[in-house]
Amino acid sequence: MAAHEGDKTKMISRRAVLIAGGELALSGVLVGQMYNLQVLKYDKYKTLAEKNRISTRYLAPPRGLITDRFGTLMARNDQNFRVLVVSEQTDGNLNITLDTLNKILPLSEHEIQRVRREVRRSRSYTPVIIRENLSWEEMARIQLNSPDLPGIIIDEGLSRYYPFAEQAGHLLGFVGPVSDKELEKPNATRLWKLPGFKIGKEGIELQHNDELCGKEGSQQVEVNAFGRVIREIERDEGEPGKTLPLTIDARLQKTAFEAFKDHSGSAVLMNIHTGEVLAFVSTPCYNPNSFNLGISQNEWDQLINNEKNPLLNKTIYGLYSPGSTFKMIVALAALEAGVITPSTEIDCSGYIMNGNQRFHCWKHTGHGKLTLKEAIMHSCDIYFYEIARRTGIDKISAMARRFGLGDSTDIGLPGEKSGFIPTRKWKETIRGEQWLQGDTFNVGIGQGDVLVTPLQLAVMVATIANDGVKVRPKLVMDDKPPVKETLNISKQHLRLVREGMIDVVNHPKGTAKVARVNIDGQKIAGKTGTVQVRRVSMKEREEGERKDLTWKEKNHALFVAYGPIDKPKYAVSVVVEHGESGGAVAGPIARKIFEECLKLDPCSPKENS
Amino acid sequence: MLFPISSLRESSELSLKDKFYHLSWMYIIFIVLLSCTGFFILYSAAGGSFQPYASKQIIRFCIFFVFMIGIALTDIRFWYKNAYLIYLAVLVLLIWVQIAGHVGMGAQRWINLGFMQLQPSEFMKIALVLALSRYLSFGSLQETQSMSYIVLPTLMVAIPAALVFKQPDLGTTVLLILGAVILYFLAGIQMWKFIAVGVAGLSIIPIGWHFLHDYQKNRVLIFLNPESDPSDKGYHILQSKITFGSGGIFGKGYLKGTQSGLNFLPEKHTDFIFTVFAEEFGLVGCLSLLVLFLCIIFYGFVIAFRSANLFGRLLVLGLSTNLFLYVFINIAMVLGLIPVVGVPLPMISYGGSIMLTLMISFGLIECVNVHNSVQIGRRIAYDY
Repeated sequence: MAAHEGDKTKMISRRAVLIAGGELALSGVLVGQMYNLQVLKYDKYKTLAEKNRISTRYLAPPRGLITDRFGTLMARNDQNFRVLVVSEQTDGNLNITLDTLNKILPLSEHEIQRVRREVRRSRSYTPVIIRENLSWEEMARIQLNSPDLPGIIIDEGLSRYYPFAEQAGHLLGFVGPVSDKELEKPNATRLWKLPGFKIGKEGIELQHNDELCGKEGSQQVEVNAFGRVIREIERDEGEPGKTLPLTIDARLQKTAFEAFKDHSGSAVLMNIHTGEVLAFVSTPCYNPNSFNLGISQNEWDQLINNEKNPLLNKTIYGLYSPGSTFKMIVALAALEAGVITPSTEIDCSGYIMNGNQRFHCWKHTGHGKLTLKEAIMHSCDIYFYEIARRTGIDKISAMARRFGLGDSTDIGLPGEKSGFIPTRKWKETIRGEQWLQGDTFNVGIGQGDVLVTPLQLAVMVATIANDGVKVRPKLVMDDKPPVKETLNISKQHLRLVREGMIDVVNHPKGTAKVARVNIDGQKIAGKTGTVQVRRVSMKEREEGERKDLTWKEKNHALFVAYGPIDKPKYAVSVVVEHGESGGAVAGPIARKIFEECLKLDPCSPKENS
Repeated sequence: MLFPISSLRESSELSLKDKFYHLSWMYIIFIVLLSCTGFFILYSAAGGSFQPYASKQIIRFCIFFVFMIGIALTDIRFWYKNAYLIYLAVLVLLIWVQIAGHVGMGAQRWINLGFMQLQPSEFMKIALVLALSRYLSFGSLQETQSMSYIVLPTLMVAIPAALVFKQPDLGTTVLLILGAVILYFLAGIQMWKFIAVGVAGLSIIPIGWHFLHDYQKNRVLIFLNPESDPSDKGYHILQSKITFGSGGIFGKGYLKGTQSGLNFLPEKHTDFIFTVFAEEFGLVGCLSLLVLFLCIIFYGFVIAFRSANLFGRLLVLGLSTNLFLYVFINIAMVLGLIPVVGVPLPMISYGGSIMLTLMISFGLIECVNVHNSVQIGRRIAYDY
């Protein structure tokens, strides 16, 4: 290596050492500042760190309102106070805070356990609701003691309130907190994870939950160690839920509900041209507000132990044999099959033989010779056994299916039952038994395996009244035209059946004279149905009606009707569970509904403008 | 031909196996240790998840590690011969960025290669050190100290520095100039020249201020008085200090940082990654990491002193000092000692370009270590 390069090498080494020294010195500066921040000023920054929390909070938009067809509120949001706890702000001991709160606001063991469980599940800075719907006094007492209650915050929220309570309980449903299972649903949004967020659990609230929920808002806030918002950085209000107008007329809903008094059952009132449902009642019913306010154990026990089943929406979940209300279907099937004509007479002697099996008419002494119209008016069983035998089960089931029996009506409610219409094939393949003529006899008077919902009965009678055009029932007002289906049934046959139904109510010998209505000359037509829920033995038949039957053993009472008779517009179905007599019990309920309906005429152009 | 091949052959013809044996495995262990620290902390910065940072960073490291070994095993004379060529190529890329570069983050810095964003200014840091090391390694001390000697290298610095400044990227500009100044200093250029340039530099600050972008001016102003605007720009410095300070001596524990979880820092996975680390591991962790950095830097000095050739010596010292500058500027920035200039923390911050640059640097340093007995230089040619 050359000498002068040696000089340069030495120079580089010397200066490299200088640089290394400089680097060490600068590192020393860094270490000094680290020590300064992390040791000397640790307390200051620790406090600042605790105070400085920027978090994004999602804001729940107010849930959409539900109104009736005229804007009367059926579900609204009321302001309430609620108390929440933020676990990370409780000075490390949630139990002490809850104990202290317990002295101010008595909490049940159940509530405390629920809060503990939710605190464990959620992040430490997420508020967990302890109780909602505090009274003003309770709220004030907690506020007053707030220094002793670290981590406890009072919040103003909205709670759902249903002014019509039980009257529209099954129709509207109710809202409740989101369960873990529901969070896995495909339509679950971020909103659902908000503490205390509620979603629809039943009825309209469930079916239209997405529209009613709205779009979540968000808020970027800086909060201090006590959870108090220091300042808001950004805010997006989101979109409140849409207001949902129903086709229901709240006045008629009330009338229909009250007409049942203590009876258990269901009633549907609908417009036969548009499918708009005006009253949708299932009774008895729970109070949906109880679910919002936290139902008491006592109230819950009463609900589940009640034999009248207040938790069941009978209008779409209740399955009943249609009984004599099914006779119109049998009549139309027989007319279409050509096995009878309007003038065909059948002699009722009180019973009919099928082999060595005896089938009785409800009138033991018999009706004598009857035409179809008279048979409907008297609801003669023998006539319908005979024409059912002549028509055959295949044509009867086909006619029933055309009227939508055995299929859900698609009214737009979750889990609607579809009912059941038996067929020869069903019995042979599913039950593995041969279809017997006796089975046809039973179907002929709407008994046996035939099962329908009260809503299906309403659609059935509406279709008869609407000259064979079936309209899909609906509960929510929209601009869409009604969904219609023409059944291609002879108008002449339909008129004949309607004449029979007019006589049922208006003829002096009709089975439902008690249902007679006369509002400004407008009358109604109908058909009774009384359905046995137990087998009647020969002995009983001879001894006459028993008076010592328990409620559960009594017959179901049904009544379907339409009106006004000259220009049909509305149809109704009434089912009274174990009401004993279609004419005497279900008839008057239908009458009350119709009287009010014809008086108010909610679907007249005048009312809707 | 600057030097005849025959004279070099006797001392430098190492087999691949020999070269492998000459790799400093200690140095490689340090690098792997540092990278793993990076992966851990990126996992935490993503809120306890490999996605989206740690997983990508690990894959990149594995690929670039192979690069590094490849560079280390390449004959050092290849790098010496092609130093100017590489410099020119990167300079062309830098100019290309000015013309057709991809516009990102309000600054023109990248060329989009499809699979990766290429940032030529990053490579310029290495290319400049390569070229300057070659230039400064020839000539006697007397020649070096002559006035005419520094004209060419000054141009070699000034052109890319001006281009990078225009991008605008203040952090890289400062790093380029500082890196060059260190090399000048090492080569033996007289102290008075540095002082003269320093004084001249200070006097043109008011003029230079005029050319700064608004956001750069803001950063400097806020650095001088962070409390002036606690809501916006100063907020980041303040929050950075709060996060750092709240870590205390032992930290809050891995994955238990509260500040970093709250998204108040916009670049917690890149420039501000050290605060995430400090919050969770405290002063003990910070000192350990700093010691690890210093081990890598000073091990470089040891490699430099072992090198028989001036080129290798200057190259390693230049690259190691560059590494120190990165570390110092980044940490000083998050500690609130200097303005926010956007310099990442080597091997810890998330980013592909910067990691590639560093791994190339490490490769070159290892290359000097492997070839430390090789003689290079004009002098040899004359002696022959």
